[in-house]
Amino acid sequence: MTVKLILREKEFEVRPGMTLLSTLEKINVMPEAVLATREGEMILEDEILRDGEVIKLVSVISGG
Amino acid sequence: MKCKKCGTKASVHMRQHKLALCKEHYLEWIPEQTERFIKKYEMFHRGEKILVAVSGGKDSLSLWDILVRLGYQADGLYIGLGIDVGIGYSDESHRLSEKFASERGLRLHVVDVAKEYGQPIPVMAEVSHRGQGRPCAVCGLAKRHIMNRIARDLGYDVLATGHNLDDEAAVLFGNTLQWAGSFLARQSPVLRESPGLARKVKPLCRFYEREMAAYALLRGIEYIYEECPFADGATSIYYKELLNRLETDKPGAKLIFYLRFLDARESGLFAPAPEKQIVLHPCPKCGQPTSTDDLCSFCRMIETINLKMEKEN
Repeated sequence: MTVKLILREKEFEVRPGMTLLSTLEKINVMPEAVLATREGEMILEDEILRDGEVIKLVSVISGG
Repeated sequence: MKCKKCGTKASVHMRQHKLALCKEHYLEWIPEQTERFIKKYEMFHRGEKILVAVSGGKDSLSLWDILVRLGYQADGLYIGLGIDVGIGYSDESHRLSEKFASERGLRLHVVDVAKEYGQPIPVMAEVSHRGQGRPCAVCGLAKRHIMNRIARDLGYDVLATGHNLDDEAAVLFGNTLQWAGSFLARQSPVLRESPGLARKVKPLCRFYEREMAAYALLRGIEYIYEECPFADGATSIYYKELLNRLETDKPGAKLIFYLRFLDARESGLFAPAPEKQIVLHPCPKCGQPTSTDDLCSFCRMIETINLKMEKEN
């Protein structure tokens, strides 16, 4: 019973049933710094993450 | 969450605007807003030739895409910096810029720094000892010089860069921490042309970085996702993270910080003292304006590097 989130080379596993926003808070990722996609489609912070899903997080910060 | 325009499932939520939009309406909204900013800040008008500085990243490629969608005459300029660091960073960003241009039938000018000036940026930084171990200062100096040269030499009316609001807010934050008055006075969505200097504009300056990433993803723009290897640990990224923490707690904080600054600047808060007005002279070598009577910073740097390289050989 897990949801997998991938951010660059990092992987996080959390329990399903939480919103994307709560999940990001749990894994200590700032919601402002990423976009979340499920099967290539962008999802919003109120989306409930379901068992077995893989969520790809796209980092949006660049610069130097 | 539902799209405010059509009620279908939303793809993007912009908390600072209390606005959620579906893919279709988001991809309409971004160019509409860009057009609004172009007009509001009097950046350019139809009929003018625009040179878009492209890096292969999400912001600059999205900007080029938006300007072309809006019907502007926009060509691209890619500057090959010669950053490799084992991952072929510049090669990949060049490839993606070329791919973007060729798929859309757009014109891309390419300047290879090493071919034109003898050395790639990391070597220039190492030899010139500028930038405290990072090539970012040399990179910025070279890009500003080359962008201005190409815009002028090829007869473009305006040079457009893909700076987003997070870029602008991070610069503003850094300059405010240091009360860098002269930099604050110059930070603007538009820098008007002056003798030897092309007009510079930032049409994306009011979009959050997250919004530009969403635009690139939803438009299917293939951009370089990897960060410049020299950006790791950069102060500007640290400032962006700090501002994003603020934004998470106070939606709209970044936008207000930047917009209220523009208002304050417009009302004269950061006007330079009359005795501090800088007089510019043309560089005797390249003709670009400089505050010194001698060579400009870029030409001085190239001359120093060439002398050192000659001595070493």
